[in-house]
Amino acid sequence: MLSSILSSLPQVLIDGLALGAIYAVVALGYTMVYGILELINFAHGEVFMTGAFVGTATLFIFDDAGFLSSAPGWIVYFLVILISMIITGLLGVLIERIAYRPLRRAPKLISLISAIGVSFVLQDLIRFIAELITGNYIVSGISLFRGTFELGTSSLSSTFNDSFVKNNTFIIIGVAILLMLALDLFVNRTKWGVAMRAVAQDRETASLMSINVNKVIVLTFFIGSALGGATGVLFAQQYGTIDPYIGYILGLKAFTAAVLGGIGNIRGAMFGGLAIGLLEMFASANLGLITHGNFGSEYKDVFAFAILILVLIFKPEGLFGRAVKEKV
Amino acid sequence: MSGFKLALQNNKVLQLSLLAAFVLVSALSVYLTSRSVIAFILLLGSLLLLYYTSLSNGMKWAVAGLLLILVIPFATAGGPSHESYMEVATQCGIYVAMALGLNIVVGFAGLLDLGFVAFFAIGAYTYGIFATGQANNFIPGDLFPLSGDYFWVFIILGGIMAAIFGVLLGLPVLRVKGDYLAIVTLGFGEIVRIIFNNLEKPVNITNGAMGLSSISPPNLFGLQFTFPHQFYFIVLGILAVVIFGVRRFEHSRIGRSWKAVRENEIAAQSMGIPLIRTKLTAFAIGASFSGLMGVVFAAKQTFIDPSSFTLLESTTILVMVVLGGMGSVPGVILGAVLVTLLNLQVLAEFTGWLNQLSMQGIITLPNALSPVKMQRFIFGAILILIAIFRPHGLISARNRKIPLSQVKEGEAHEHPERSRTSQKVRRVNGS
Amino acid sequence: MKRKTAGLASLVLLMSVVSACGNSGGNTAASGTEAGGTTGSAGGTVIKIASQSPLSGSSSIQGEAIRLGAQMALEDRSQEFKDLGFTLELVPYDDQGDAKKGVANSEMIGADQAVLGVIGHLNSGVSIPSSVVYQKYNIPMISPASTATEFTDRKLKVANRVVARDDFQGPAAAQYAVNELGAKNIFVIQDKTAYGQGLAEAFRDEAEKLGATIAGYEAITVGEKDFNGVLNIALNKKPDFIFFGGLYAEGGLLVKQAREKGITAPFMGGDALDSSGMVEIAADDVKDSLYSSVATDITKTEDGKAWADKYKEKFNKNAEGYSVYAYDSMSVMLDAVKSSIDAAGGKIPTREAVRDAVRATKDFKGIATEVAFDDIGDNIYAKVFIYKFEEAAYPGSLVSEVSK
Repeated sequence: MLSSILSSLPQVLIDGLALGAIYAVVALGYTMVYGILELINFAHGEVFMTGAFVGTATLFIFDDAGFLSSAPGWIVYFLVILISMIITGLLGVLIERIAYRPLRRAPKLISLISAIGVSFVLQDLIRFIAELITGNYIVSGISLFRGTFELGTSSLSSTFNDSFVKNNTFIIIGVAILLMLALDLFVNRTKWGVAMRAVAQDRETASLMSINVNKVIVLTFFIGSALGGATGVLFAQQYGTIDPYIGYILGLKAFTAAVLGGIGNIRGAMFGGLAIGLLEMFASANLGLITHGNFGSEYKDVFAFAILILVLIFKPEGLFGRAVKEKV
Repeated sequence: MSGFKLALQNNKVLQLSLLAAFVLVSALSVYLTSRSVIAFILLLGSLLLLYYTSLSNGMKWAVAGLLLILVIPFATAGGPSHESYMEVATQCGIYVAMALGLNIVVGFAGLLDLGFVAFFAIGAYTYGIFATGQANNFIPGDLFPLSGDYFWVFIILGGIMAAIFGVLLGLPVLRVKGDYLAIVTLGFGEIVRIIFNNLEKPVNITNGAMGLSSISPPNLFGLQFTFPHQFYFIVLGILAVVIFGVRRFEHSRIGRSWKAVRENEIAAQSMGIPLIRTKLTAFAIGASFSGLMGVVFAAKQTFIDPSSFTLLESTTILVMVVLGGMGSVPGVILGAVLVTLLNLQVLAEFTGWLNQLSMQGIITLPNALSPVKMQRFIFGAILILIAIFRPHGLISARNRKIPLSQVKEGEAHEHPERSRTSQKVRRVNGS
Repeated sequence: MKRKTAGLASLVLLMSVVSACGNSGGNTAASGTEAGGTTGSAGGTVIKIASQSPLSGSSSIQGEAIRLGAQMALEDRSQEFKDLGFTLELVPYDDQGDAKKGVANSEMIGADQAVLGVIGHLNSGVSIPSSVVYQKYNIPMISPASTATEFTDRKLKVANRVVARDDFQGPAAAQYAVNELGAKNIFVIQDKTAYGQGLAEAFRDEAEKLGATIAGYEAITVGEKDFNGVLNIALNKKPDFIFFGGLYAEGGLLVKQAREKGITAPFMGGDALDSSGMVEIAADDVKDSLYSSVATDITKTEDGKAWADKYKEKFNKNAEGYSVYAYDSMSVMLDAVKSSIDAAGGKIPTREAVRDAVRATKDFKGIATEVAFDDIGDNIYAKVFIYKFEEAAYPGSLVSEVSK
């Protein structure tokens, strides 16, 4: 048993890393918004999904214009991510304006309900648009980097098998790291980043320090949503096929990642994402082996949600967060 | 006009006769048309009118009972669509009970539960497993399936099972607050569905994705319940108990504790309210309502599988509660009925009508736009709009915050009511 | 806790508003039905046949195909019935692939006395509970697609299907895999739906019986896009054949991701992969994949080709696998209605008569299949066809045909 777990380990790690990178960047969006508004942006998973659709649509448009064959792949990739980030960023701002800002003083329950509403509306809107244009809401896009290559992991140790890596996996991990670094720099090194952290700490005081709280909140939504949108493009490129419902459960898992890393903590979210991705992949590849086929990979989601529940109960501040006492 | 209004306000006889006229008209139109969704909705609407009359409570209950037990079944019996109406009414009843259950958790205790359908599933499976041969897989002796006589016991058992699971969920989860709780319950709902979907090995308990079929229908002294109009009365009976229970709870000590916890946990705790126990009872009682109806659902469908208990279902119930008004019993009932009708009748009818039009070539409608597919959009829009414009729902909960000045005046019980009334009048005038 | 008056004036206004809405709404509804009625009465007594299939949701392509196939058959025969003094009418219902919706619709269908038969449903999970309702009202149903064994095994008088059962399709696929392709070490994946699991289990059991080893039996989740976890197990077990019980959205991704991982074993699935979506998703990776289907490739015969062209012309869509089965189901239904009209002396027949006439169908020759129902409603002429995607194009080419 152990040997077969080990032999597939390199492949599991690679696949888990790709999935984890996606969770990590989506988790950033949750954590940023929660850090500032103390609101779970339920619609974030749908923003991610919208990004995937925008990216796919952009590629189709490029293809029609003959741009795909004339420009090198990485430029197209970059442009698609950029366009998708701008559009989803604006979408995030719009969502904030319509569904959250009027409720900033309302009880939390109400804003949460509004957030769930947004997520449903977005799902159906995208479904509608996709179905209207392509006739089916399951859309298969154009993959830019299709190749795979074999990684000689068996030469490291004879217990390992060789593993296969998609070229796109490198792009996912690379882009994810770039985005996270950029965000980290932005939050820690720029004026706006400082303002953001100030608002997260104490909104009232920040506003007294002549920080425009509304602007900061809008900016947070823009950046968080743009990150989600960029990940959507990466996801669409990795798996090739998307539908309007990919965001819901994925969002839930990304949220788990954010909670695991300590909500409001950007580096924690990155760690949490990778951890959840790896754990999920490991569980789905090995649960059946470990339990002798009694509980197979179909339980992997139970596994992910169980982590969420356990973390929330025993360490609600997450692995890297600070415990917050409630003010009376 | 205003004189008439005033007269109506004070004249119960006038109200009653107007109501009777309305019931008569709508009941007749249901009776005479072969199938009219609008007439049926109007007939149900008479219950709403009844709610707005100034009759005494007992009187209202009596009239409502009369309407539900006699008028509606008989009015619908006129045309060939009797069973179809009754099916819709039965499903309305099932959802009303579930929404009332969720209302205890969300509306009274302020704990947002996004996985509520799990309890419905637990109730349904409690009956489904024992009323089919399924239980033979893990209980030796070939005792199963149980006959439909046991259905009546299982209504209670289903409620108890759901309550137990409510407590089991509640115990660990209640350390978690606010929006975290929402996410955790969402996860719990999914876990329950996944487990039901997979529990055919190592021991086959739920028969997994294949579902349980040929569930024994209820049986009372040799009378088999298979038609919707029979289930209608079962549901009505349970609903009466549930509504009575909810009203009792709402104004009892525990009900007031729930609301105190909802408003401010820490303050409530410092006033001596046991936090955990209060929340757990909310979970248990809310869940049990759902469990009761789960049993009825299983017996009515005679087939259950995990695909009936998805996230969308949980959200649908939440939409009912939010639309009707969190914490308001009449509101939640209204919300549940409205959403169920929308789901089962209005959207389907509207789509059928549009299809007819496009078949005749009058309009061309892309398939993507067909209204039955817009369920999520409509639910989402309802949630957003209600949250922003009417956070208290269609019929707001009764005990609202009373402004300090009025408390000082000592007319605390009169003023808020009256101001609310005039508000409502203005709104209706405006529309 | 007596409650005081609540908005009495609002009562009046509400009532007037509501009744005003009601009136106008009622009028439109009434005129709508009247319009329907008049078009009907022009030809005499109306006979309605309902169709129930998912017109929305994830399997709406197949559901729509069922509706259109049924509609086409109905329109082809309408003149014939007009001569007998009856007007045929199709009432399409949308079950959304949801059992609750299906049952509620069935009650409506049952209530409509003019409905004499139902064509549907697509999903076995909806067919099973709905058939109980039809049984109450004695409305015969013919499913062009539901393959679960439970559907007819309950021996209902109303439940019939023209397609093969899972415990015929799965083993037929297994026989082809083991006997023809020499598969010895088979990895089975299923999607934990009633359909996928039933098929995968039937395949697995037969393959084991034929002497192949089952290298693994794993499940995936519908709607997911990343199946690397399960495929990593497969990679480890080095199977020489992979069977998937599930829908095309997942099947396409599975085969694509398997190829990306360097798994070269042949990939096979059931009739749910019989869809153009499979090629769309997996693109070139779909090559050499196999699928068993209960639907034949009608373009092989002259009649079939002509039919498919007509369908395309009529609906501006290519015929899907189920379109023609819905067409044949409807034809069987209408034959039964006609024979019971004859038996009733030219009058409208009872539902019971139609029900028994449907069950008594023998030697019906349709476009896609011959039909004769056995005593529980299974078609004894149902066949299973094995297809292979030689190119990345739908449909694949027929490589084998299995009959009982």
